[in-house]
Amino acid sequence: MSASSWAWLVLLLPLLGSIVVALGFRAIPARVAGVIGTASIALAFVCAVAALINLLGDEPEARHHASSLWTYAGAGGLHVDLGIYVDQLSVFMMLVVTGVSALIHLYSFGYMRSDEGYHRFFSYLNFFVFSMLLLVLAGNFVLLIVGWAFVGFASYALISFWYRRTTATTAGMKAFVINVVGDIGLVLAAFLIVQQLGSFEYETVFARAPEVFARGEWTVTAICLLLLVGAFAKSAQIPFHTWLPDAMEGPTPVSSLIHAATMVTAGVYLIARTHVLFYLAPTAADIAAFVGLATLLIAGTIAIAQTDLKRAIAYSTMSQIGYMIMGVSIGAYSAGLFHLMTHACFKALLFMTAGSIISAMANRQDIDRMSGFWRAMRFTSVCLVIGGLALAAFPLTSGFFSKDSILAYAEARGGIYTWMAIGGYVGAFLTAIYTFRLVFRVLPGEPCKEAQHLIDSGELYHGPPLNPANEEEEDTEIGFPGAHHHIAEQSWPMAAAMAALAFGALFAGLVQVPGVDNVLFGFLDPAFANSPLEAIHPEVGAEWRGLAIGAVISIVGIALAWYLWVARPQLPALFRRRLRPVYLLCLDKWYFDEAIELLIVRPALAIGRFANDTFERLVVDGLVNGTKEAVGDAGGVVRFVQSGFVRSYALLLIAGFAGLALYFLLGSS
Amino acid sequence: MEAALFFLAAIGALGGAIGVVAMRNPFYGVLALIVHLFSLAVLFLLLSSAFVAAAQVVVYAGAVMVLYVFVVAYVGGGTESAWDPIPGQRFLAPLLGLALFVELSIAVLASSLLALGSDGPEVGPGFGDPAAIGKLFLEKFLIPFEASSMLLMLAAVGAIVLASRRTR
Amino acid sequence: MTIEWYIVLSSLLFAIGAMGILLRRSPIVILLCLELMLNAGNLALVAFSRMVGNQQGQVFAIVVMVVAACEVVVGLGLIVAIFRRRLPLNVDELRELRG
Repeated sequence: MSASSWAWLVLLLPLLGSIVVALGFRAIPARVAGVIGTASIALAFVCAVAALINLLGDEPEARHHASSLWTYAGAGGLHVDLGIYVDQLSVFMMLVVTGVSALIHLYSFGYMRSDEGYHRFFSYLNFFVFSMLLLVLAGNFVLLIVGWAFVGFASYALISFWYRRTTATTAGMKAFVINVVGDIGLVLAAFLIVQQLGSFEYETVFARAPEVFARGEWTVTAICLLLLVGAFAKSAQIPFHTWLPDAMEGPTPVSSLIHAATMVTAGVYLIARTHVLFYLAPTAADIAAFVGLATLLIAGTIAIAQTDLKRAIAYSTMSQIGYMIMGVSIGAYSAGLFHLMTHACFKALLFMTAGSIISAMANRQDIDRMSGFWRAMRFTSVCLVIGGLALAAFPLTSGFFSKDSILAYAEARGGIYTWMAIGGYVGAFLTAIYTFRLVFRVLPGEPCKEAQHLIDSGELYHGPPLNPANEEEEDTEIGFPGAHHHIAEQSWPMAAAMAALAFGALFAGLVQVPGVDNVLFGFLDPAFANSPLEAIHPEVGAEWRGLAIGAVISIVGIALAWYLWVARPQLPALFRRRLRPVYLLCLDKWYFDEAIELLIVRPALAIGRFANDTFERLVVDGLVNGTKEAVGDAGGVVRFVQSGFVRSYALLLIAGFAGLALYFLLGSS
Repeated sequence: MEAALFFLAAIGALGGAIGVVAMRNPFYGVLALIVHLFSLAVLFLLLSSAFVAAAQVVVYAGAVMVLYVFVVAYVGGGTESAWDPIPGQRFLAPLLGLALFVELSIAVLASSLLALGSDGPEVGPGFGDPAAIGKLFLEKFLIPFEASSMLLMLAAVGAIVLASRRTR
Repeated sequence: MTIEWYIVLSSLLFAIGAMGILLRRSPIVILLCLELMLNAGNLALVAFSRMVGNQQGQVFAIVVMVVAACEVVVGLGLIVAIFRRRLPLNVDELRELRG
């Protein structure tokens, strides 16, 4: 079987899993549904590996295949195939997506056990994986947009999974609306592409683009800016990022899969895929890099002030994706993708541990209430530390190598990009601080009452079911999380998944140690061979220098976090008081939500109200009712003729006859 | 001689017509119509249509008018008020009548049908005889003949239905 | 007298009949005026038959007479029915069929 056939199988399996679980939700018992859901993704991962092996059998320059099932739409000069494009980039993304998804399905198998909507969850999750695979495998822009939209829908369905919680449904709608804004950008970009280049197919577009566009021409810059709108909305970059923290309303496996490992990386994939266009539009590429840098720093500052565990990790995700966007925008394609892979491992792991801790806390997410879990949940704590080390780029973890590969490339490119590298190091410092803030708040110290309960009785603390966002009580029927929770120590699927990811978080970076081995870049680089930027390679010496700086920053950051939150715990409160405006700025997320509310939401609502009250009432209703009144009045006028008087009818008759006779007489004279 | 008869009959016809329109009492109107019918019969005779003239007197003046007399006797001759509820009718009706007459006259007098200005062709003595009319009815115009008999039957049935007392 | 005279007389009688229908309110008188119009038509038919020289016009004058008789029968039946129901015999007052 060829690589394309394996790829089609990879696409098919999650879709089948989703449909089977959805249609059989009454017939199939819960555990079987979970097994089907997980197995379909695991099989998809196996097929993805097979596709990789098959692809490796080709020459490095020939590792790209387009395969199409049938013509999706052909009308008016447009020709769209249901086609996929299998090359190093898509196979890489396929492996990451299916691999991490399989582990998260395994985790959900345990975590969501007592949820009433178990079948629905697995069906939606499988559908999400199918959509994400469609997105990365698509061979033309139309199918990309289809996958993009499906992923947005799956995200909405999963964020609002506990649909009787108003906070969850509101968050789902917010995510969907912002995603649609991105979709608009993407669709307009696709329109411009087909208008300028005449085709939707990747191979055709990327071959023709350098011939049709001059470097820096406004058309290709417009296309790239529109693509960026889509990428930023999906990847939660500023200013389209406000949906991501709210998306933490969804169950933890959802946050881990969609909002850490896969969906939010779609923007990174998009920029990497269309790198040919971005090379032709350096202004757009620079804008993307700056936005990535800005997001990186701003999200880092916000994360330091957050007290909700999941939201803090969400801002961390935003920040790390800023790194990836910065990387692929300046030309470090393989480096950006490397960081994507390692981030998927350690961020998914972090969310999983967060899920475990939240379960122990009876669904509370406030870190002010958490302490002393090191003693209560050893396995979870170890996983948290491993994930934190990888995130903070502690030496020899996966994050260490991947983050610094991006920054080394930025330095090697020189000029303004060196400043971006410096900004990246500042961001790394912030990352280390906020990550270990979480670790040192939650793990050491006197156990909180939930942790104490766990230590004493070996059972989870049972509190009243609450909505963690607004502390309201809620019931536990369908549409809400169940009354029972699961932690990794008591649920083997959760523990297995976390262990696998912990292994990845620690050792996945070893595939690309500068000067030692070149496994990943050697595989990915030929996919970007048609870009001159790819030819820039940092020297080994410069890379090791960067690694050394990164190591120092990471260790200093962790030490500072230890100092502030373990050694001198009263200092943070002092900082909060002294630097109150700065603290509030960070706590209130730099007021982006408020700004969007003021600039966009209120005017839109005002326009809507005006349209309804004035325009609808006067113009539309006026037109419709006016027509009705006019017809009625005309009828009223004509009704006069039907007076009921026979003699007036006779009069009209004879008058008509006389008139007719007159007409004919005059006509014949 | 013929002209004098024509004018006498014409005046009779016109007088009867105006009488019908003008008389307040419907009974007098019926009488005026009888005069009109007789005058018309004379005119028919002047046009060599003996049978039609006879039929006019026997059927029309004899049967139809008797029917009218019966009904007027049953219903009673109520007079109408002078005021006309329909605005403009009093004024427009004579106007239209005049317009009609003028138009028709112009159509006739200015017509290119030159035969109108003559007395008609010479006709033999059997013109307008019952025999000739009967022959035409039974040969050429059989279908109208049968149709009119059907019509008569329908009218008779209809009249009975209309005027019968409905049994409650 | 040439045929024109008869035709003009016929149209005059027709116009008088029409005027009568428009002016009178009693249904009996309206029927009488209708008779006037029909007779005017008959006169025209017979005159034209004489002008052409065959008797087809006269045959149709007979048919018209039959039709007139039927119509009078039905009309008078209606009038009797109206009278029986004690409704006013005045076409202006019988005006329920209106818009």
